[in-house]
This record gives sequence, C-alpha cells and structure tokens, in this order.
Amino acid sequence: MSENVLRIRDLSVNYQTDRGVLKAIRHVNLDIPKGSIVGVVGESGCGKSTLITSIIRQLDDNADIPNGSIEFEKQDLLKLSLDKMRNISGTKLSIVFQDPMSTLNPVLSIGRQMIDIQYRDKISKKRKKQRSIDMLTKVGIPDPRNQLNQYPYELSGGMQQRVSIAMALQAGPSLLIADEPTTALDTTLEVQILKLLKDLQEEMGCSILFVSHHLGVIAELCDHVVVMYAGEIVEHGSTYEIFNNPAHPYTVKLLECDPASISKKQRLLPTIPGEIPDLINLSGGCIFKNRCDQSIDRCDKHTPLLNEFNKNHFVSCHLIES
Amino acid sequence: MLLYFIKRIFLGILIISVAVTLMFCMIHLVPGDPARIMLGPRATPEMIADISMRMGLDQPLVIQLMKFLGNILKGDLGIDVISSRPVTAIVFGQLPYTLWLIFTAIFGAMLIGIPLGCYSALHRNTLADRVTGVISVACITAPSFVVALYSLLIFAVTLKWFPAIGAGVKGDFFDQATHLVLPAFAIGISWVGYLSRLVRASMLEVLGENHIRTARAYGLTEFTIVYRYALKIAILPTVTVIGVGMGFLISAAVFTEVVFARPGLGKLIIDSITTRNYPVVMGSVLISTGLFVISTTISDLVNASLDPRIRANL
Repeated sequence: MSENVLRIRDLSVNYQTDRGVLKAIRHVNLDIPKGSIVGVVGESGCGKSTLITSIIRQLDDNADIPNGSIEFEKQDLLKLSLDKMRNISGTKLSIVFQDPMSTLNPVLSIGRQMIDIQYRDKISKKRKKQRSIDMLTKVGIPDPRNQLNQYPYELSGGMQQRVSIAMALQAGPSLLIADEPTTALDTTLEVQILKLLKDLQEEMGCSILFVSHHLGVIAELCDHVVVMYAGEIVEHGSTYEIFNNPAHPYTVKLLECDPASISKKQRLLPTIPGEIPDLINLSGGCIFKNRCDQSIDRCDKHTPLLNEFNKNHFVSCHLIES
Repeated sequence: MLLYFIKRIFLGILIISVAVTLMFCMIHLVPGDPARIMLGPRATPEMIADISMRMGLDQPLVIQLMKFLGNILKGDLGIDVISSRPVTAIVFGQLPYTLWLIFTAIFGAMLIGIPLGCYSALHRNTLADRVTGVISVACITAPSFVVALYSLLIFAVTLKWFPAIGAGVKGDFFDQATHLVLPAFAIGISWVGYLSRLVRASMLEVLGENHIRTARAYGLTEFTIVYRYALKIAILPTVTVIGVGMGFLISAAVFTEVVFARPGLGKLIIDSITTRNYPVVMGSVLISTGLFVISTTISDLVNASLDPRIRANL
C-alpha cells in the first residue's frame, strides 16, 4: 500500500453562530496517497472550503474543531504550534486559491512577493530572483524577467493564476491544495491551467487535493474522487468507478445534472429538488434523506456508514448495505 | 504624471485665489475703520486720510482686490503699515515656528496612532482594543485649546516639567524642543485618537482580503503580513486624511500659539486681525492656504508611491 501524504481522521468543524452551533463538517475521513490527485466535489455549502481552511489552519475565529486529526507527513497539523505550522505553510504544503485577481497583494510587485516567500532560504537575493524566474518560465509566463517588475493588476486573470501556481510550487511542496483554481477563468484558460497543473504535478511528483464543483474538471484531472454533501463524505472511489458506476443517490443525481452528460435537447436543465439541510438543527439519520427519492424507513433513524461497495469504492447509503 | 502636476498647479491657484478673495471680503465686513483703530481716538482726519491712502483703502474694493492679486503674482504681499516691513518677511519669519509645531504634532500622532490602530485591529474585540477605543474617542473629542490650557496648567504651572511660554531661545535646540512639547501635545493628542481609529478600521478591512489569506498560506511572519503587506494598503486613507487635515492643523495651531504665547503664523493672524493690519492678515492666509495645497499634493504623491494602481492613473 502506498504511503499517504495527508490523512484526515474523524474531522469535525463547528461554527458558533447567532442561531446556534453550525456543524459544517462532521466525521470526515480522507486519504491522499503520495503522488496522486484527489478531487473533492460537491455543491456550494457542502463543506469543501471549511475542509481546506482547516487543513491550512486558517479557520475563522468563530470556528472550532471538536474532534479529529489532520496528519500531514506523519504530524498532526491541528496540534502544531503556529510557528511550526508557519514553517510548513508555503513550503511542504501549498495552496492555490480560487479568485486569481484578489489572491496576490495589489501593491507589491510579482517579484517582491515571489522573493518574500523564500525568506526561510539562506541564499542570496540574486539566486532567489533566478529561482522565481525559472518558476515563472515553468508555468509558461512569457518574458519572466520583466514580469517580476509588474504588479498584479497589470496581468490578466489567467496570468495571475499562473503566478499563483508558480508561487505555490516554488518550494517544491509535497501537497498542493487547489481550491477551485479555474472557476474564475474562462473555459479556454481553464483547460490550459489544468494541463499545466497536471504537467507540473507529474514533473515535481507532488500530490494535489483538487476542490471543485465542476465534474468535468474532476474527471479530467483526478485519480480519486470524494463526493461531499452537507458536510459529510457520501461516496468516494477511483475516478473511473465514481463516473461509471455511481452508487449513492446524490452522486447519481449530481452526474445527471452535469450539462455535459445531457444528450438530448431539453427545455429545462435537470436539478436536484430541495435544499441542503439546516446544519444547525440536524435531525438524525441519513443526511440526504429529504432530497432522496428512494429513501426508506431506516434512513430516518440510522445514519449510514461508509461501506466498501466495490474495490476502491466506498458509499454511505442504506440502499447499498441491504 | 506631467498632466497631474499641471492639474494640481491649476487647482492650487484656483483654491488660493478663492480663499484669498473670500478672506478679503470678510475682512472688509468687520466693523470699524482700520485707520481709525490703528491710530487711536485722538487721530486727526489728516492722519487717517494719510494712512488710508498708504493702505490703499481710499480706492474701491474691486480695485484693492485686483491690486492685491496682481502683487501676489510678483511675489509681493505689500508693506506692513505699522512696522513698515514687507509682509513677506514677517510671514516667512513666523512660518518656521508653526511648521515645527505642526510637524512635531502630526509626526508624533502618526508614531503613536498608527501602531495603536494596528494593535487594535489585530486584537479586535479584546479588552485592550476596547480600552484603546474609548481612550481614542475621548482624545478625538477633546478640543485642542482645552487640552492646551489644561496641559499648560498641569505640566507647566503645577508640575513645572516644561516651560510655559514662548518658543525658546533661538539657536538653543534643546530649549526650543522643550518649548515644543506641550503645544505639540495639545494639537497632536486628538490626532492620535483619530489616526488610531482610522487605521484600525482600514486595517481590519485589508486583513479580511484574500491576498492576506494567501500571505498567511505562504507562511510569512505575522510582522511581515501586518506591517509590510497590509499596512501599505491600509495606510492609504490615512495619508489622504493627513493631507487634508493640514487645514485643521493650522486652525488648531492658531489657538495653541495664543495659549502658549508662541510666535507663529496663528498668533500673527490673531494679532493682525485685532489691529486690523490687513496686509499681514492677507499674507498669513495666503501662506496657510498655500500650505494646505502643498500638503494635499504631497499626500497624493505619497499615496501614488505606495500604490501602483494610483501611480498608473496619475
């Protein structure tokens, strides 16, 4: 069995709100094997962002983690001191954010920002600069030497995202988190950025945790897919299994909703009726029961567990168990 | 850039001429014939007529104004009728005192207020934040002349820590510095509160932006993030406020200079208004308006040097 770069066990995150405790994610287990790309997919509010921000330890002040561990390279990130966490951030563990136009500091030049993040390395400024130029070349930025003097607003969105990727990969991380890196970009750019990520991943051998609500992107890029719904993992398995043999009713419906899968012309795009349950007043049982058209009595009372449905394919649904 | 300076110079001329014209009209609304007040109750009509002629008061207002504006362009602010010295020499003789006072006050306020604002923003909603908040607001609401009077009473009269009156012996730097402390404190204290509130608000806004989250994700130290990455953006509104605040600083200096009997532009304006010494009043107002125009321009340029997006639009 291959080694896991990231190993999340029984992770829950709560937010204190005016209405009560919001249980954003509950008892999540997630493994990212070395050198693989794992995709997390789910609709807005399913806990994708909370999952990421708890890994990089940037949860808001009103959040707390009642239980769970996030093991990264054999150490629990949740137990690390802020100083130790700072040493991992941006070196072993990097992240590319969603909106490239706002992720770079608007008043500092690209070069300044790229050199600043190498502050731990005891090498000359000239070498740091050369390293930045090399990295920009790698992500396909033309004329990188001059780009270092540019400010973010002088670059297009696609170029800014390339710079972000260059910055994230500069220190050679073992895990790159990509938080919907292409959502703010148009489709042609999206394809280019995805190809770039895949190429660089193969070249540098890092693992990627890729978060998206775009099924096509996930299918294209990932080895393994995790489907999240309302703060829980409802199904996970190899990309082939999830897309060709979906088992959980939510995954089935999600795939039906993907515009790319619609073959005949129809007036209305398919949707999943209903809403995500209120995460403050959770009733027991299956999390998907109120939107599921196949729910049975058991779904109301018992919470289903993740069970192996097929090789490398786990589902939490009573219908599958029985 | 060049266009910016042309615009600025044009705007500056406009501001100064409007201010000077307004002041000119206001002075002539003050009751009392200046020549009569100057010469006292026993002046003969001939003496009054003589002074009026020398001050140009016998001519129509419009002509007086035109002459004054024309002379400004030549760099001539007229002659003080009482001492017969050129007004330019008088005003520029007093200007350094006021500039020292204003700059000490505002730089002191920046030195304390800006870090205080950053601290409050970083420790939002803690006890320390609330205490600095209350003190800041109390400082803002304290009028400078009240602070001037009380600090004079407490620190100069009762405790005798600092000298009470004047600006110190010329050439003796230490003496002049100790004379500067209390007046600068009186003007600066409300700015400490004001700046700390302002910096706190804009700092909180910037710290919530995405690029700060990125900086944290790259493991930059908290010091780098706050003082180099966030403050460079958060300070922009403060720079603008300080630039425009030059007007308030000058009016605060007027009160403070009177209370501490310090020489300076403010005291000169008060003295010359009470003696109806029109040329000196006009000269002082002209120079203070000029200071305002210069300070707003400087604040624009500082902002442009901090933010490349502003620089691009200059």
